[in-house]
Amino acid sequence: MNLSLLIIIPLAAAIAVLLSRNGQQVKWISFLASLAQLGLSLFLLSAFMSERANGNVSQMLFEQRYSWFAPLNIEYYIGVDGISISMILLTAFVVLAGVLMSWNVEKMTKEFYFLLLLLSLGAYGFFISLDLFTLFFFLEIAVIPKYLLIGIWGSGNKEYSANKLALMLMGGSALVLVGIFAIYFMSGIHSFDMVKLSQVHIAIEVQKIFFPMLFVGFGVFTAIFPFHTWVPDGHSSAPTAGSMFLAGISMKLGGYGCLRVATYLMPEAAKEYAPIIIILASIAILYGAFATMMQKDLKYINAYSSVSHCGFVLLGIGMLTKTSIEGAVMQMVSHGLMTALFFAVIGMIYERTHTRKVEELGGLLKIMPFVCTVLFIVGLCSLGLPGFSGFVAEMTVFMGSWQNPEMFYRVATIAACMSIVVTAVYILRAVGKTAMGPITNEHFLHLKDAAWNERLAAIVLVLGIVAIGIAPFWLSDLIAPGAELIMSKIPTVIIN
Amino acid sequence: MNELLLMKSELAVTAVIFILLFIKISDTTSNETVLKIVNALLVLNVAAGFCCMDVTGELFSGMFKTNALIAFEKNMLNIGTLLISLLSYEWLRNHRHLPEFFVLMLSSLLGMFFMISSGNFLIFYLGLELSTIPVAALCNFDMEKRQSSEAAMKMIMSSAFSSGILLFGISMMYGTTGTISFAELPMLLTGSPLQIFSFILLFTGFAFKLSVVPFHLWTADVYEGSPIAVTSFLSVISKGSIVFIFLTTLYKAFAPMGEVWYNLIFLLSVATMIVGNLFALRQQNMKRFLAFSSIAQVGFILIGISGGGQNGISSSVYFMLVYIFSNLGAFGAVQLISSFSGKETIDSYKGLYQTNPLLSWVLTISLFSLAGIPPTAGFFGKFFLLASGAEKGNYILITIAALNMIVSLYYYLRVVRAIFMEKNEQPIAAIEGSMYEKAGLLICVIGIIAVGLYSHFYEYIYSLSIF
Repeated sequence: MNLSLLIIIPLAAAIAVLLSRNGQQVKWISFLASLAQLGLSLFLLSAFMSERANGNVSQMLFEQRYSWFAPLNIEYYIGVDGISISMILLTAFVVLAGVLMSWNVEKMTKEFYFLLLLLSLGAYGFFISLDLFTLFFFLEIAVIPKYLLIGIWGSGNKEYSANKLALMLMGGSALVLVGIFAIYFMSGIHSFDMVKLSQVHIAIEVQKIFFPMLFVGFGVFTAIFPFHTWVPDGHSSAPTAGSMFLAGISMKLGGYGCLRVATYLMPEAAKEYAPIIIILASIAILYGAFATMMQKDLKYINAYSSVSHCGFVLLGIGMLTKTSIEGAVMQMVSHGLMTALFFAVIGMIYERTHTRKVEELGGLLKIMPFVCTVLFIVGLCSLGLPGFSGFVAEMTVFMGSWQNPEMFYRVATIAACMSIVVTAVYILRAVGKTAMGPITNEHFLHLKDAAWNERLAAIVLVLGIVAIGIAPFWLSDLIAPGAELIMSKIPTVIIN
Repeated sequence: MNELLLMKSELAVTAVIFILLFIKISDTTSNETVLKIVNALLVLNVAAGFCCMDVTGELFSGMFKTNALIAFEKNMLNIGTLLISLLSYEWLRNHRHLPEFFVLMLSSLLGMFFMISSGNFLIFYLGLELSTIPVAALCNFDMEKRQSSEAAMKMIMSSAFSSGILLFGISMMYGTTGTISFAELPMLLTGSPLQIFSFILLFTGFAFKLSVVPFHLWTADVYEGSPIAVTSFLSVISKGSIVFIFLTTLYKAFAPMGEVWYNLIFLLSVATMIVGNLFALRQQNMKRFLAFSSIAQVGFILIGISGGGQNGISSSVYFMLVYIFSNLGAFGAVQLISSFSGKETIDSYKGLYQTNPLLSWVLTISLFSLAGIPPTAGFFGKFFLLASGAEKGNYILITIAALNMIVSLYYYLRVVRAIFMEKNEQPIAAIEGSMYEKAGLLICVIGIIAVGLYSHFYEYIYSLSIF
């Protein structure tokens, strides 16, 4: 299977969008392209599984390698393992839903879809890159479309939010850049090839300086405390599809980078800094949860809860057990699907009622049964109800964390667990107030339920959530070998 | 015959200058015709540069030398000059002294050619003077504007001052070593205090010309006062030629003093990036804005130069190639807007996208390239500069540079924000540029996209970068 197709399809679609004549064409091109991407990702999954079933145990599959900048040993080198495939699947689901959710964008439709496709191209490229240069290239490609999406089509204080987001994310990638250079020169082999780099040992002193840079750099993308402040502003100002992409895909770039680049290439330092990561992650989890309690705007509620939920990703990585890393990846997938769905529903509600304030909403279940049912599903998934993906992912992270026998890890795990209670409070309150009770505004009575594109978008994402929730084994089997490989490089703990 | 081939770029430029003089004497043709002829000649000049590129040799007992790298550098400058001529079409069309403009600009270009081909300090100095004095006259080419004369005055004063310092350094260097040849100098350098002192004077002269902080104060005023065509010539072509000869002198003539110049460059590049960026933050006028941003860019180039070796040369030369396209693209768009509407402030760019979508994209792509955002060439250029600097293991420098990239992104985004996001009651009216300007901007955009993604440009420059 030719992995480059994952980049070529969005690129071709983006160019076609630029050349197309009217908004209708633009929408259909984007829709068909994202549908094709989803088909391709599912095909990739089945091809990958059959390769593995046939006993192909090489670390990365479907590799492609071309020399790009020969003097610096830069290669266009791509390949996938289970972890990247799960991220690619996530991206495909979210992109399709995002494209469907933007069907009503009237202002500069062409540019809007062009930027969406460019953003998805950056994400796909990032997840399949095995060369640090290519990886960094795609990481930065994914930043600027977000800036324009928020700044042009956003609402509220959009210029401020767009600027904050672009600068903070670029700050993160600047740290990543320094880390990449350090790996390149200090590893002694002058190569950006991650597979090769994972086999050489980088001196522990170098790791100690540059691991934090890489981890924090990628961490900014995934809202590591205290660099999470772009999340609420960015998400709340972005247009619906923008928020979906931001929370669903873009925040996952960071988690994936922390895992694949920082932890995988500098395992000793990861061990060394694990307590700090755990502390920061626990703060993010609890702080995010409590901050959500105070929010009155649905988008802010989801944005702050994203900080909390992404904390689980970092917690899973910091705990450094095989199960917890598996849980971190599952949480990335689960949170991506769930939060994209949440933003989609909020978008549907906002488009109809023109308000996102929880106190102004009420009784919508009677008027928009479909929208509110989806709202219930996503709310219950968010608070971790069994049967949905949220439960599986968070449970795996907790299980993995508990495997660390030391007191410190146990305390952190218990603290993180407590956030579930807080989550239940704010989710049930917000969802209940919005969907049930008396209808607060008689103007709401004339509103229509979801249109076909919104229904399709919601169904796509709900399918993903339920598929993971009911049958998590296929996902964990997919991720396990990758997690095991990362764990195999972590020095074992000496218990005394 | 072969000796003539060695000087082919210089001879071609001289020929163009002579033709222009004849045109001036005849003085009957209209500006449009002259511009047609000039642009055709400049295209021929670029084409002439690309034939017989790998001729290597020396003339005048080593005073003048050329090789494939130098020929490539000259071609870059030729392309840049052609682009400036194309992009300034609207402004030039109505100018009374059109042939003189080109005579002066090409004389300056000729001086640069001699300068980057120079094999000793004498011809280097001659070339330098030939390249700066016509530019001072060019700065005054908006004849009815007082600011323009002021810019010319500041330009001539500061360049005379810096040339004086340079000359002082050269003479002391001659006094201590007894040679002015780049080839003999390394063997005679002993690192005595007087030599270090004279080297610092020389370095200061270069720093003036490159507008390295703290010798940058003339830049903003000169850039703002001069016509945009001249500003772009100063900030791209002139700066490029200085970077090329700077590489030659540092890497070849002063190779034994590597320690001294490494530390100097380290300090100055940090200062240049920070000061250039901080000043660019507050600018309202696009020309001043681009002036300060170009100061910050020089800080990045210095990082590339600090790396030394093949990577140092190739990354700096490659960055200049990228910089020619990106900066001229930005200046071209600003020029077009300025000559049609007379507006030059960032505030007046608000809502530009509603009226001029294509021009807005050109300006945005150029600014993204200057900021180093992929997939534009600027990303690759900055990456290679930092890679060259990182080779020395000075990660403090790299971290400072990476953080400076965020600051610079902030102000480039200010312009993008004005264009795309902010509302304006009276946006700049739709602009219909001529064929020349469209061609110029198209070349810039193609350059910005292709030079980066298509890796053969870098690989080619790398293969040439051997002294």
